Amino acid sequence: MGSTTAGVVFIVSLLVALALVHVPLGDHMYRVLNSTKHNKVERGIYRAIGVDPDSEQKWSTYAKSVLAFSLISFLLLYGLQRLQDKLLLNLGLDPVPDHVAWNTAASFVANTNWQAYSGENTMGHLVQMGGLAVQNFVSAAVGIAVAIAFVRGFVRKRTQELGNFWVDLTRATFKILLPIAAVGAIVLMAGGVVQNFADPQAVTTVTGGSQTVTGGPVASQEAIKLLGTNGGGFYNANSAHPFENATGWTNWIEIFLILVIASSLPRTFGRMVGQKKQGYAIVAVMGVLALLSITATTAAQVAHHGTVAEAVGASMEGVEQRFGVENSAMFASATTLTSTGAVNSFHDSYTSLGGAVLMLNMMVGEVAPGGVGSGLYGMLILAVITVFVAGLMVGRTPEYLGKKIGAREIKFASMYFLVTPALVLIGTATAMAFEGPREGMNNPGAHGFSEVLYAFTSASNNNGSAFAGLTVNTWFYDIALGLCMLLGRFLPIILALGLAGSLARQTPVPVSAGTLPTHRPQFVGMVAGVTLILVALTFFPALALGPLAEGIH
Amino acid sequence: MSTPVQAPRQAPEQASEQASARVSSGLLDPRLLLASLPLAVRKLDPRVMWRNPVMFIVEIGAVWATFLAVREHTVFGIAIAVWLWLTVVFANLAEAVAEGRGKAQADTLRRAKKDTTARRLVNGGEEEVPAADLRQGDVVVVEAGQIIPGDGDVVEGIASVDESAITGESAPVIRESGGDRSAVTGGTKVLSDRIVVKITQKPGESFVDKMIALVEGASRQKTPNEIALNILLAALTIIFMIATVTMQPFAVWGRLSNPGVPDTAALDGNGVTGLVMVSLLVCLIPTTIGALLSAIGIAGMDRLVQRNVLAMSGRAVEAAGDVNTLLLDKTGTITLGNRQASEFTPVGGVSPQELADAAQLSSLADETPEGRSIVVYAKQAYGLRERHPGELAHAEWIPFAAQTRMSGVDVDGRSLRKGAASAVADWIRAGGGIVSPELGDVVDGVSAAGGTPLVVGEITDGGARVLGVIHLKDVVKSGMRERFDHMRAMGIKTIMVTGDNPLTAKAIAEEAGVDDFLAEAKPEDKLAFIKAEQDGGCLVAMTGDGTNDAPALAQADVGVAMNTGTSAAKEAGNMVDLDSDPTKLIEIVEIGKQLLITRGALTTFSIANDIAKYFAIIPALFVGLYPGLDALNIMRLDSPQSAILSAVIFNALIIIALIPLALRGVRYRPSSASRLLSRNLAVYGLGGVLAPFVGIKIIDLLIQFVPGIAS
Repeated sequence: MGSTTAGVVFIVSLLVALALVHVPLGDHMYRVLNSTKHNKVERGIYRAIGVDPDSEQKWSTYAKSVLAFSLISFLLLYGLQRLQDKLLLNLGLDPVPDHVAWNTAASFVANTNWQAYSGENTMGHLVQMGGLAVQNFVSAAVGIAVAIAFVRGFVRKRTQELGNFWVDLTRATFKILLPIAAVGAIVLMAGGVVQNFADPQAVTTVTGGSQTVTGGPVASQEAIKLLGTNGGGFYNANSAHPFENATGWTNWIEIFLILVIASSLPRTFGRMVGQKKQGYAIVAVMGVLALLSITATTAAQVAHHGTVAEAVGASMEGVEQRFGVENSAMFASATTLTSTGAVNSFHDSYTSLGGAVLMLNMMVGEVAPGGVGSGLYGMLILAVITVFVAGLMVGRTPEYLGKKIGAREIKFASMYFLVTPALVLIGTATAMAFEGPREGMNNPGAHGFSEVLYAFTSASNNNGSAFAGLTVNTWFYDIALGLCMLLGRFLPIILALGLAGSLARQTPVPVSAGTLPTHRPQFVGMVAGVTLILVALTFFPALALGPLAEGIH
Repeated sequence: MSTPVQAPRQAPEQASEQASARVSSGLLDPRLLLASLPLAVRKLDPRVMWRNPVMFIVEIGAVWATFLAVREHTVFGIAIAVWLWLTVVFANLAEAVAEGRGKAQADTLRRAKKDTTARRLVNGGEEEVPAADLRQGDVVVVEAGQIIPGDGDVVEGIASVDESAITGESAPVIRESGGDRSAVTGGTKVLSDRIVVKITQKPGESFVDKMIALVEGASRQKTPNEIALNILLAALTIIFMIATVTMQPFAVWGRLSNPGVPDTAALDGNGVTGLVMVSLLVCLIPTTIGALLSAIGIAGMDRLVQRNVLAMSGRAVEAAGDVNTLLLDKTGTITLGNRQASEFTPVGGVSPQELADAAQLSSLADETPEGRSIVVYAKQAYGLRERHPGELAHAEWIPFAAQTRMSGVDVDGRSLRKGAASAVADWIRAGGGIVSPELGDVVDGVSAAGGTPLVVGEITDGGARVLGVIHLKDVVKSGMRERFDHMRAMGIKTIMVTGDNPLTAKAIAEEAGVDDFLAEAKPEDKLAFIKAEQDGGCLVAMTGDGTNDAPALAQADVGVAMNTGTSAAKEAGNMVDLDSDPTKLIEIVEIGKQLLITRGALTTFSIANDIAKYFAIIPALFVGLYPGLDALNIMRLDSPQSAILSAVIFNALIIIALIPLALRGVRYRPSSASRLLSRNLAVYGLGGVLAPFVGIKIIDLLIQFVPGIAS
C-alpha cells in the first residue's frame, strides 16, 4: 500500500468511525445533560458545594458561575505550581517561575493548554495530576456546559433561565468526559502508551549520549488531553513522543478522541431543538470546512517544492517518521480545527502554505468541529451572523430556529466575532512593534513573523499548539499570551451566554414558506462561505506578510 | 364596516405595475442628482456626518489624505484625496436625492396647509378664531366653499368634500355624521352643504403636519432592522480598522528584515504610507451599504407614499415585511362590494326564458346594485333587451319594504314579485298557489354554495306560481386567487373576515383561495383572533375603517386604516391608505419585504467587493518586499499607484452606480425564501465578488496613462 493510499484509508476510516458514533454519543449527551434526575454521587457534590440542582440561572448568573469557577481553578493551579517544592510527588523539581505559572494556569483554565514549559522537566506528578489533569476535565466540561446553555436559548421561550451551570458541569465531567477518557486510556495503554509512577531513568541513546526519561501517568493524561481538546502534553514533544503516541494506530485513536465529542455535539443540538436535521446541517458545515482544510494541508505538504522534498516525494521536515506525511497532516488539521493543540509533528517546519492552512483553521475560530462545546457555540454564532445577512435577503427580519436576530442579538454575535481577531492582530502587532519580543523569533523575515502570528492565533483561539521556532518562555510572551488565552476564552463565553439569554426571552416565530430554511445544502454552503470570507478578509494582510510571502514564488 | 366611496386611484403609469403585482418606483432623474448636489455638500458638516459612522470614518480619512497630499504634492496623493472626498459626497448625494423626492411632496402639502379661520361654536353662538387656536373637543361649523380647519369627526350633517390636496384624487367624497365615513381632514375643502365638525387633533399635530414630517424624513427614526444592520456594519468597520492598523508593524518588520528594498509610494522605511493606509481602510470598510443605507430607508417610505399610503413609522413598514397573517375583510377586499346575479334556475316546468323575462321585469325599477345586476345578467345570458320603466306606462312599481321583504311590479293584470324565499312563498300561498318542495331544494342549494337565493313568483288571473330562483353571488374580484397563491408562497396566511354565516363564508373562502376564514365575526372576535395569533409568535396585519375596528387596528402589528374611516380608526392604525383600497395591504407587505431585501443584498454586495480590493491593494503594497506576491496581482494592474487609485475610484463610483437601485429597491417577486435567497445570492453575492475585478481593471486601464500614476 502506497503512502497516499494509506493516508486516504486513514482519513476515510476515521470519518466512518466518527459517523458511527455521531448518533449514539450525541443522544447520550442529550439524555445526560437534559435529565431531571440526579444520582447519589451528584447529590453529594451539590450538597458539598451548596447548590440546589433544581434551581435555574439567568444568563448573567450562569456567566458569573462560569467565571467564579474558573477563577478558583486558576488560583488553585497557580498555587500548586508556585508551592510545588513544598508539596508531595514533586520529583524534586523547583517551584515554577511566576510568569510561567501565570501562563500555565491561564492556559489550562482556558482549555488552551499552551505550554511555555517543557512538561516533564518542570511539573511534578502532583501538579500534573492534581492540577493539570483535573483542569483537562473541568475546563472541557465548562465548554460543554456553556454550549448546552447556549442551545437552551434557542429551545426555551419566554424565560430568563438557561439552566444550572453546576449541574451541567458535574454531568459533563462525570457522565461524558470521565467514562470516555477511561476507556480511551485503557486502549492507549494497550497500544503502548506508558502509565506508571516510575522514577526518571537514565538511558543511553542510539548515538551513545545519555538521556533521562521520565515515566508517569501518561495514558490517562493523554486520553483526556485529546478528548477534552486540551492538548497539553505530558512530554515536551507532545504526541510525537513515543510514550504519548506509540504507534500508527494509537495515532488513529488519538485523532478520533480529538474529534469525537465536538463532532457529536451537533446531534445533541439537533435533539434539543427538536429538529435533527438542524443538527445535521451544522455538522455538515463542520465537515465541509474540515475536509477543505485537510485537503489543503495535505496537498501543500505532499506537493512541496524544494530539493529534498522533491527527492522524497513530500515535505518530511519536522514530521515524525513513524506516522508519515499524510497522517501527520491529518493530526495537524484535527488539532487546529479543534481547540486541542496537541501535535505529533512540528508545524513550524510545515510548508509555508500548509502552515497557513493550520493558522487559518484556528482563525476561523476552531469550529470544524472545534473545541469541546466551544466548537458548537462558535459555529452556531457564525450561523446567526449568516442568518442575519441571508435573512434580510429573503425580505424578513432574520430568524434562526424561530428566534429573531434583532439589534441586541446581532450586538452579542458581532462582538463575539470581533474578540479573537482583535486579540490575535493586536497581540501580534504589539509583539512585532517592540524590540524585546522580536528577539524571541528564531527566524528572520516572513517566517519569523509567521511564528509570532501563529503563537497569538493559537493562544487567542485557545488552541495551544505552537509553531515552535519562537522562544515564548519569556516574561512578555507568558503575560501577553496568558491574557490572550483568558480573554479569548471567557469574553466569547460571556457574549454567547448573553446572546442565549436574549434568545430565550423570545416567543418563537412559527415556520412558514417565507422562513429561510436552515437545514438545506444552500444554508450549509452559505455558512461555510460567510465564515471563510469574513475570516479571510480579516486576516488577509497578516497572512500575506507571513506564510503567503514565504510560500508564493 | 363600510365600502370605499371611491375607486382606488391609479395613475396611468402605476396601473400597469399594479397589474403585474410588482413593487418598483420611478427611475432616477439625472437632473435630480445635480439639484441635490448642494445639499450633499452641506451634509459634509461633521456634526451631520457622525450619525453615519462608516462614512464619518471616510470623511476623517479624506481630511487626513488631503493634509498628506498637500504636504507631498504628488499627482497620486491629490488623486486619492479628491476621490476620497467624492466618496463622501456621493454617499451624501444618495441621501439627498432620496430626501429630495419627499421634499417635493411636502411642498405640495404645505400649500394645502393655508392659514384658515375657523367658525367655532361656543354656547350656541359662533365666533371666528384662527385654525391654529383650535383645541381638541372644539366644535366648528364648515359650509360649502370653506376649508375644514382641522382634523375631526362630522357630528352633524352631510357634505361632499374635495380631498385632492391630500389624496391627489379630484373626485369629491361624501362625509357624514355617524357611521364610518365621519372623519374629515384639515386642509380639505367642503364643496356642498354644511357640516359640524368636532376637532380631534391637538394643535400642530394634524394629519397634514404628520404627513409633511413623514415625507420629508424629518421625523425618520432608525428601524429595528436598520439598527441591527448598523451594529453589524460597525463591527465590520472595527475589524477592518484593526486589520489595517495592525498591518503597520508587520510591514515595518518586513522592511527591517529585507534591507535594501527601495522606497515606493506605498511602502517606505516608516512602513505603509499614510495615503495608502487610508485608501486601504476606506476600501475595506463597508462604504457601499453605509452610504446607501439611509437612502434605502427613505426611499422605502417614499414608495409607500407614492402608493398613497402613509406609514406613521418605519417600524410599521418593516413589520409589514415580517407579517405572517393577513386579516382581510371579505366585502370590498376579496369580493366586489355587491352581490350579483349569476344564475337563473326555473322550477315547475317554467322555461328559462320566461323566468329571465320575469326576473328582469321585476327588477327594472330596482336601483340597488343587486337589482341592476339581475337586469344585466338577463341581457348577457338571455339576450333580453333592457327595458326602461317608462316603457310600461301603466305599470305599478312595488319598491322593496322591510315588512314584505319583496319588490316587484303589477302590470297588465299580472303581479311579479322577487324577494326572500320565505316571503315569496308566503305570498304565493296567500294567492292560492302551491309551493313545490323542488323550490326548497334549489334554495338550499344556492345557500350551500355561498350565494343568496332570490325567489321570483307570479300571480295572474290563472293563479299563483313560483317561477324560479335567482342566484345572487358574492363575486370574488379577479386576480385574488393568484394574489393569495403568491402570499402562500411567501409564507403568509390569509384569513377572510366576514359577518356571513360559516356556510356562506366557507364557499367564498374556497372560491377566493384564502387559507382560512372568520365567520359571523364581531369586532371583538377580530381582536381575540389577533391576540391568539400574536401569542403564537405571528405578526398580524389588517385593514379597518370603523370605530369598532380601532382596538383590533391598534393590536395588529400592521394596522392600515382607510382614509374614509373614522378618526378613531386612523389614530389606532399605524398606516393610513389615502385611496382607501383594502387590497393595498398586499402591496404594503411587498414593499416591506423589498426594503429588507435591498438592505441585505447591498450588504452582501458591499462585503463581497472587498475580496477584489484586497487583490488589488495587497500585492501593490508589498510586491517590492516579497516579489512572490505579484502572483496575487491577478488583475495584472499596471502599477502599485494605479492599483490603489483604481480600487478607491471603483469604491466611490459604485455608490453612484447603485443609487438608482437603492431608491428603486431590488426586484422582488413573491416566491419562497429559498428561491429568493438563491437568486439574490447569485446576483449580489457572486456579482459582488466579480464586479469589482472587472471594474477595477477597466479603471486601471484608463488611468494608467495619467502622468504620475503610470508605472
